[in-house]
Order: sequence, then C-alpha cells, then structure tokens
Amino acid sequence: MKAFHYTRASSPADAAALAAKTPGAKFIAGGTNLLDLMKLEIETPAHLIDVNKLALDRIEETSDGGLRIGALVRNTDLAADKRVRRDYGVLTRAIVAGASGQLRNKATTAGNLLQRTRCPYFYDPNQPCNKRKPGSGCAAIGGFSRQLAVIGTSQACIATYPGDMAIAMRLLDATVETVKPDGATRKIAIADFHRLPGDTPHLDNTLQAGELITAVTLPKPLGGKHFYHKVRDRASYAFALVSVAAVVQKDGTGRVAFGGMAHKPWRVEAAEAALPKGAAATARIAFAGATPTHDNAFKLPLAERTLAAVLSEARG
Amino acid sequence: MKFDTPATTNPIDRLKVIGKPTDRIDGPLKTTGRAPYAYERHDVAPGAAYGYVLGSAIAKGRITGMDLSAAKAAPGVLAIVTAENAGKLTKGNFNTANLLGGPEIEHYHQAIALVVAETFEQARAASSLIRVDYARGKGRFDLEAEMAGAPLPPPGFGGPSESKVGNFEGAFASAPVQLDARYTTPDHSHAMMEPHASTAKWDGDQLLLWTSNQMINWGKGDVARTLGVPKEKVRLMSPFVGGGFGGKLFVRTDAILAALGARAAGRPVKVALQRPLIANNTTHRPATIQRIRIGTTKDGKITAIGHESWSGDLPGGGPETAVGQTRLLYAGENRLTAMRLAVLDLPEGNAMRAPGEAPGLMALEIAMDEMAEKLGMDPVAFRALNDTQVDPEAANRPFSQRQLIQCMQIGAEKFGWAKRAKAPGAIREGRWMIGMGMAAAFRNNINGRSGARVRLDGKGVVTVETDMTDIGTGTYTIIAQTAAEMMGVPVNAVVVRLGDSSFPASAGSGGQWGANSSTAGVYAACTALRDKVTAALGFNSADAVFEDGKVRAGNRTAALADAARSGEIVAEDFMDYGDLAKKFQQSTFGAHFVEVAVDAATAEVRVRRMLAVCAAGRILNPKSARSQVIGAMTMGVGSALMEELAVDKRFGFFVNHDLAGYEVPVHADIPHQEVIFLDETDPTTSPMKAKGVGELGLCGVGAAVANAIHNACGVRVRDYPVTLDKLLPGMPAFV
Amino acid sequence: MDRPADIGVSRRGLLASGAGFAAVTALPASASNKEPAAPMETPPTLPIQLKVNGKPAELTVDTRTTLLDALREHLHLTGTKKGCDHGQCGACTVMVNGRRINSCLSLAVMHDGDSVTTIEGLGTPEDLHPMQAAFVKHDGYQCGYCTPGQICSAVAVLDEIKAGIPSHVSGDVAAAPALTDSEIRERMSGNICRCGAYSNIVEAIREAAGRRQA
Repeated sequence: MKAFHYTRASSPADAAALAAKTPGAKFIAGGTNLLDLMKLEIETPAHLIDVNKLALDRIEETSDGGLRIGALVRNTDLAADKRVRRDYGVLTRAIVAGASGQLRNKATTAGNLLQRTRCPYFYDPNQPCNKRKPGSGCAAIGGFSRQLAVIGTSQACIATYPGDMAIAMRLLDATVETVKPDGATRKIAIADFHRLPGDTPHLDNTLQAGELITAVTLPKPLGGKHFYHKVRDRASYAFALVSVAAVVQKDGTGRVAFGGMAHKPWRVEAAEAALPKGAAATARIAFAGATPTHDNAFKLPLAERTLAAVLSEARG
Repeated sequence: MKFDTPATTNPIDRLKVIGKPTDRIDGPLKTTGRAPYAYERHDVAPGAAYGYVLGSAIAKGRITGMDLSAAKAAPGVLAIVTAENAGKLTKGNFNTANLLGGPEIEHYHQAIALVVAETFEQARAASSLIRVDYARGKGRFDLEAEMAGAPLPPPGFGGPSESKVGNFEGAFASAPVQLDARYTTPDHSHAMMEPHASTAKWDGDQLLLWTSNQMINWGKGDVARTLGVPKEKVRLMSPFVGGGFGGKLFVRTDAILAALGARAAGRPVKVALQRPLIANNTTHRPATIQRIRIGTTKDGKITAIGHESWSGDLPGGGPETAVGQTRLLYAGENRLTAMRLAVLDLPEGNAMRAPGEAPGLMALEIAMDEMAEKLGMDPVAFRALNDTQVDPEAANRPFSQRQLIQCMQIGAEKFGWAKRAKAPGAIREGRWMIGMGMAAAFRNNINGRSGARVRLDGKGVVTVETDMTDIGTGTYTIIAQTAAEMMGVPVNAVVVRLGDSSFPASAGSGGQWGANSSTAGVYAACTALRDKVTAALGFNSADAVFEDGKVRAGNRTAALADAARSGEIVAEDFMDYGDLAKKFQQSTFGAHFVEVAVDAATAEVRVRRMLAVCAAGRILNPKSARSQVIGAMTMGVGSALMEELAVDKRFGFFVNHDLAGYEVPVHADIPHQEVIFLDETDPTTSPMKAKGVGELGLCGVGAAVANAIHNACGVRVRDYPVTLDKLLPGMPAFV
Repeated sequence: MDRPADIGVSRRGLLASGAGFAAVTALPASASNKEPAAPMETPPTLPIQLKVNGKPAELTVDTRTTLLDALREHLHLTGTKKGCDHGQCGACTVMVNGRRINSCLSLAVMHDGDSVTTIEGLGTPEDLHPMQAAFVKHDGYQCGYCTPGQICSAVAVLDEIKAGIPSHVSGDVAAAPALTDSEIRERMSGNICRCGAYSNIVEAIREAAGRRQA
C-alpha cells in the first residue's frame, strides 16, 4: 500500500472539489473493497478523502412515492429498512445475499455500486490485465474464466461486475445522484451507470473525475412478487456464478435482471416481454450474442434454469 | 521404553480420566484471545521489526536482474534479504524447492526477497519498489499432458510405487461384471486460518524461533541445515498452531526469512506469509488422475481390483499416494496398484490431511458405488461382501482390529439407510431432489517414537514437557489426561508445556499419529516417574497404586506430593516401537453416510445430514476426538463440492490464490454432524491402545457426498469438485 | 465451445503458452498508474483516540494502518486475528460502536472517537463471557485461530437477530427473523473455520442464546 494523505470531508460539494484538485485523490467510505485493492497496490491513491462523516446516511421518502437512499447508508441498514423490506423486497434479498454480516455493516450504498471485479487476474498484479493496467493484455482470456462474463465482453476484457445490490437497483430502475467538483448535481440512470468494457475496461462506470455519489433513488414500488436467487459454489459468503433478480406480477409479466453474467448488471428490457412465455424465451433474447468461454459456458443454461426456478416460485 | 509386545492391563485401563469428554484445558486461553501464536510474541520478542515477502512473478526461469535501490531508500527499511545476499543456504531435508529462490525460479510466488522495516506498512510498501527482471523458462504445468510416460517413482512414504498380486489383467478381462473408470481430483490448498508465521530473534549465535509448525524436531533440523548453523544453536517454539493440516509439517519460508531478516537487521523480525502468496508459495495436495478397474463375479465377489494413479511434482518430489488404501481395503485375489509421477513445475506438492487416502478414497469409493449399482446390490452389502480380515496382499498378516462391517451396519441403521431409494432421482421435496450416499473410511495407523519429561513438585503438581504440538487436535488435553491417569491426580493438577525444541522430541503432529504416539511417550515418562516416586517414598513399585493424589503400596499410603517434598522429581523417557506394526496391519476404519439435496433447477447441492461411524482404537477424549472427525467431515464436504486450485496451464500457477477464490466450506454449508465411535481397544498399537482418528474422518467423505448426489439426481460426476456446472448437462429439463 | 473470447490469447493478450524464453519484468506495481512515482519521504501519520474495551487509547498511526494492526501491533491486543487481511475469513472481527466489522478492511484513522470491543473485552480466562464458556463446553473450536472472530461475530449475531435484521435465509424478509439454526449458520458464514468446528459452534451459540434446539 502506497503512503497517502488522509482528509475528512466536511460536505459533499467540498469533498468533490477537493478530489478534483488533489492529484491521485479517492473517496473512501466503507473501504471494504478499496482497502483490499490498496493492499495489493491495484489501487494506489495518493490521497484519501474520508466521506464517512457526511450527512448522507438517511433513507427518505420521495414526493413521487419512492425512496431516496443516502450514499452512506450501510448495506445492513438498507436491507433492514422496513420500507425497503416491504416494498422493495428484491433489494433486501440482493443485499443480504452478498458478502457477510461484517462486510454489510461497513459497506455503503455508493461504495457497493463501485466495487470492482473479482477477476483473479485483475487481483494478481503479476498478471497482465487491461483493467488494472491499460494496454497490458488480458490474461483471463484463454485462462481460468469460470467466474467471468459471458456477454458484453470485449477483446480487452471479460471481467464481471461482482455485486448483488446493483442488480436489484438495475431491476428497479434506480437513479444515481451525484455532485460534481463544480458543485453541480447530476442524475444518472442506473442503466447508464455501469459500463461494458469495450476498449477501455479500466473504466467501470460513467462517473467523472471527482464526482461523488450522494444518493440512489428508487421510483415508486412495483408491487408483485420479489425474488433474488443467487447461485454460487458454496452456500454463503461467495460471489455469484449467476444471480437472477426479478419482480413478477400476478399476470406473469414482470422484470428480470441478471448478475454474474457481464461487466454490468444485465437487464434487457426487450426480453422481459417474453417473461409470460417462460425462462427459455426470455433467456434467448436476454443472452442473444453471448460469447462464453469454455469455462463459463454453463452460465447460460444456469441463468435460464435459475430464472425458470424463479418463475416457478412466482406461479406457486 | 520399548513397545514390542501387545499391551496388557495397565494404569490407563482404569479410565478414570482417559476416555472422558474433558473440556480442552487450553480452551479459556483460546476463547479469550490469550493464546499466543507465532506472530504475536510482543512478550518475548518486543520491538520486532516487520518482514514482508516478495514472491516470484514467474513460475519457471531465472531472475536476470534485481534492483533494490528504491526499496532500500524507502522510509523505515532496515534490510532486504535476497538469495544474493543471504549467504549459503542448503535446502532442507523435507523441502523439494528452495525456500528462498533466485536466480533460479522453481515455482510461482517462490520467495525471492524479504523486506524488513520498522513497520508492517513500510515493509509492504517497500516490497513493491523492488524491480525484478526475469527470463521466463518453459515449464510443465499440465498433468494430463505429462502423464504419458510418467515413471514409477522409487519407494517412499507410501511404500512401493507398484504392487501386483495374482493375474490382474487376466482376471479383470474374464470378470462377468466390470468397471473401468477414470477419476480426477484437483490440487487442494490446506488453507489453515493462521498464515505460516514466525518471529526470529538471535541471541548471539543462538536462534530463537517462534514459529507455527507441526513437527518441531524436523523443523529444528531443517532450520539448522538450511541456515548452516549447529542444531543445538536453534530453538523452535510453537505452543499454539493456528491450523496445519500438513501445510506446517515442514519449515517454510517465513521461518528461514525471519531468521535471515533478524540477522540482517540486527533485531527480532517477524514474518507472516501474506494470504495471497500461500497457495503458490507453500505446499499443496497434488491433483491426481486415477484409473480404477474392478471385476466381480455375478454375485458381487471382487476377483480383480486395479487402481492406478498419476500425479505430478517438482523434480525430486514425490507422488500423491492415492492407491495405498486399495492395497488393504477390499478382498480380491488378483490385484494391481501403481503410482506414477510426472514432473510438473507447479508449486511443491506434499502432504495434506490424509495424504493418499483422501484423494484415493474419493475415487475408489465412487467406483465401489458404481459397481454396486451395476450389480444391483446395496452399496453397504457389496462392501461387506468383499471385506477381508487379513492384508489382501499378504494373507498371513491379520489386521490388528478391523470393524469395517460393524461401522457400516451401525451407520446404516442409525442413518436410516433403508429409506434410501435404490433408483436415483426418486425422492423429491418441492424443487429439491434428495439422495443418500455412503462410503467406507480407511486410514492406516502410524506410530512414531515420542519422548516426554515429567516433573512432580512438592505441591503434587505434575508438569509434562514435550516438543509435541497441538494444532487444534486437543493434544494439551489428552496429554494432561494421560499424565493424570498415570499419576492418579485430577487433570487440573497437570500442567502441559508443548512445542518447544528444548523439550524431549516427540512424534509431532501429522499422519494422525500424534495422539497415540505422544500420549504413549507421556506414558513412558510417567512410568519412569512412578518408579522414582515409589523409590522416594520407599514403596515397592511393583504393586504401587497411584490414585486420588495418593500412592498406595501394600498397606502403606502417602500423598503423591510427599515424594517431592525434598525437591522436584523429574523423569524422562520415550516410547519406541518394535515390529508389531509389521506383524499386524494396524488401520482405522469407518463409514460415512451423507444426505444431500440437489436443486432440480440450478443443481446447487446442500448437504442435509452427515454421520460418521469410526473404529479407531481407544478414544482418549471423545469430545476432542469427535471434533477432529467433524472437522475432517467438513473438509471432506469442501473437497466434494468446491475446493480446487485452478491451474493456469500457460503461466503455471494456481489462479485462485486467496480465500475468496479458493472456496472452503462456510457455516451455511455444514449441517449438524453426528459421530459414533465404536468401543475398541487395540493392544498392538501402544499401552494407550489408541489409534489415530483425525484423518480417518476425512477419508471417504468426498465420495459419500458424490454418491449421495448421484442418488439424488442421477448424475455421476467423476471429476472433483462436483460443482453444478458438471451436474447441469445431466439434469432433467426444468421449466 | 470456441467462441471468440476463447480463442487463445487476444492480440492484446500476451505471450501465448509454450512461448519458450521470454523476458518479463515485474515492475513496481505503482508504475502502472498515473501518479507521483517517488514514494513520500515520510509517510503521513495522524493521532487518533479510541475507546477499546472501555478504556481510552491514544495513538499516532500511519494513515495506512488498519484497525486490525492498530489493535495487534500498537495496542498489543493480539486476540483479534489476521487470517487473510482481505476480508475473506472473518478472523479479525471486532465490534465497533456495537456492530461487528472486519477490522482488516478499515483504517485506524477512520475510527477516531470510536468504541471498539475485542475478544479481550468480552471476558478473561478466569471470568469467561457466556459465549466464551459455551464455546469451551461445546468444543466450538480446534486450533483456536478463528475463535475470537467467531465469538465476536456470535455475540453480534444474536443482537442482529434481536434487532430484526433480515438474512439471506429469512423466509419473509418483511417479517422479524427467528433464532433458528439456519439463521445462525447463514449469519456466521463470514467467519471461516478451516478446522471445521461449525456444527459445534452452532450448538454453542444456541446455548448462549438460551434456547433449546429448534
């Protein structure tokens, strides 16, 4: 871990301004992913701006019947919020499917959106990785890729977005609110927040330099039955091979988003029209053009079957 | 003391203390965080500087240049140890690869430098400032590609590499029912929770090394040899070991680099291997490819059994002895076993809990299940039919005890085996497909010479000193129980001091030999102490009874403490062994029963029930012995369902080299576990009449899980781990 | 299944396998990033105040020092263990302001003014906390290295269930969770025990929770 300076921010706008004018600055909130990566010098900030004391830890109702979740609301508190449990069950289920109790107590809403891939080649600084070191190559391609992406990949990167919470937020059409270094605020639809790797896999998302997430808003509740089915090799405390977030209405219509499949939460709105026809029809559209490797081709039938399990539960 | 005739009645048989489920005497220290592990010796090595290990970035080749200048100039750096400046190092007798690499690199993450700094943060930061230039060499990383032409290695720890009885090929070819199947097991990582760690302090030319090591005497020898210092100038201390499982049988780089770093820095230095280095820097259980052929008569009598195994290791290494149990477990007149060893440039393969039997039974016990299925026989009945009470390769050699059939039958009854559906996929609970599986458990018993010193003070306190280790096995407690039983005092009148090379050498912890061997050594020392006590009291030692803190002989009685009133009495002895283990085949037996549920949609597997029945000689402490078994069962679930070091065959390393990538079972994977110990004493093993049990608990578990999965969903997977991607293609459609 | 992504190594990939000898350089990791190359002359340090097991502690730490290393190396409270230093094992679990966290993934400087409870603060060998006593009674440990983390987690888990925080195995996440074995197992899953004492740990926790088997 490189030595760094440490400052506690006093307001969101000050934090963004400070980040913009300080070379190598990064925000730190929960730190559960950033410190992990700093220990391996995958992240090497010269300056950490601690945003933990900012007043961004509230969950409030919005005027249009939704919820506004402060960026610093801890995963545990978001999952345990009565309104979230009642109206956005898929979000609670997604959060508690991730990490461990200890990590969820520390991890924040904004930080969770920003967690970086768990690709083992990204995590090993001896290996070439275009995400860690642009232009160095991708050792995962042709390597051990069981956990990695099957769709939306590029010749430069086949990493997966590892989180659970964001899959539910993508399903719910959340909006990410930010403040920029000039004090201006911005709203980013969650669909536009995470990126596909393309030629620039070192960019995980569309945040600009110094831009700070202040909140995530959820539109008014969708009703219906809520599911988050996460499939992994052990029963807990593991990243998803495949996860399915779904809200299914009584008439069989609904929404579905997938985790573990791509560099971002994977939701194809056009595929959702096929939900009443079943998992196979939906998956066919959702994963058209998939480019799996030998190691991870199983994720396609697995995603379809996991969705089938969810739809079967929804019917039951 | 020499043990060369079967034990008769002795003080241990009173079972006033031995055989009781005594709580661990080290429990209060462990549960309050007061037990000091190797990296935590602020008490004895205050002000230790911090070492951080740099691992090689390539698997095979040479270092062509190393620039230390930036690192040396970094804040807080006290010294940097590399092969170039370390002086002459000699590879340890128990190491296959050098513990400090360079310029030759033998495997990925081989240590190439230790940075010593005032603080951990400084050492870590400076290590990344070292610039290393390498010339990458061509390595062999693919067992499958190297198995053709892999030779039979010379005889080793697992016996000869090949054995033949009768005419296997002919008998197999003519057998009416045949199985010829190939199984694979992957590389496994010990993944103990405490990283390999050491604190080193030089006191003049005397090296004090607090280290996390299972085998103090081996370790002392190899530290001395590696550093080129006299053995008597090395003292190892390992009072608490945070898990080993075979990974800490040998001196590893933390110990050597801490010693070198302390010498270079001129002050104590401590080193803990960083977790991401452990899988590639240290040893692992090697992957195997196994071919099993079984031929039987129509009614299920085995006429031919063949088991061949291929594994790989660095040049000079050894094979995974996966065929060992097949030489002893089932009857059959015509037999063939062989172990072949390929050269691989992956990290060093070596012992991990139940080496040989663990991966061997993972294959053999699936094969037995498959064979029973072919025969239309119950898996328990098929195994029982092929039981043998003598060594099948040497009929004049009986087993000292062999209750395999009893283990299976009692287990079947307790587990409700009769409710198992014969046809796979027959039992459903909603989306869950339910199945049961079983496997035989087998692991040889090994005894090793083990010594101890026992002291009696004027307060009647008995202190035992031996370099034996407690790696979680419960050694502290069973040694206290042994001394208490022998001297006729309660457990709380015994003090046990372990893991110090200044104490008499013990058998150490490994190969499930620790419990029986170390307590037998304590038995010998206590026998000597009893003689000294009776002499001091002027009693006739032959009829002296030590009981309730008193010594009785004839009509005379004295307090035990009285013997030491004029000064501490000290006795020392060791137990050594004759040829009983040659006359009798000493093995431990068991049966594992498992119930699983397989998700009909996703093929996720959940283990719902587990039972182990063990026949392993006298159980010295049923509480800690049971823990050994449930822990081993847990590791067995890991090997069945998730554990695999993924090999990058291009670059030659284990890719998933941390605890997020290499998954081991968590709480949610493990149901309540039941263990039954059969009442057994084995007078041929030692005066304790005990055998090992810590590895038996692992043997066969993986296959029992795999067999249960097959029974649940009908898919037979022969390549471990049985992950859902391997099950899905065989699963029925789910809509 | 040789789809595009699977064909050997891409142009931007590197040397394919079997490339024979090739020169490789392991550059200092930071060389890959755009930032000042020279290390700082003096690593920044900051004074902090903690309350550890009820007692105030003032210390000056490198900004890089984790809460775990502050406890172990500065305050010599070595009961909290370092198993992985990456949030993958749970051996470093402590309670901060009443909540359990992985102390390895938190900087000490982020905890100025916080209250920390470690295993040493729960009980002593002479005066065990009920959870510690239950672990001894049920042999809920073997090597002992994960044990302090397991016990800190176990104490916190009972509070979390009482506080109504849902888990992955809660049937209805809108309802209050029950104190079942499966809830205990799921919530304890961030504490790995390689010795495999899980079955006994669940029994110990159940006993400490003061209820009979579900």
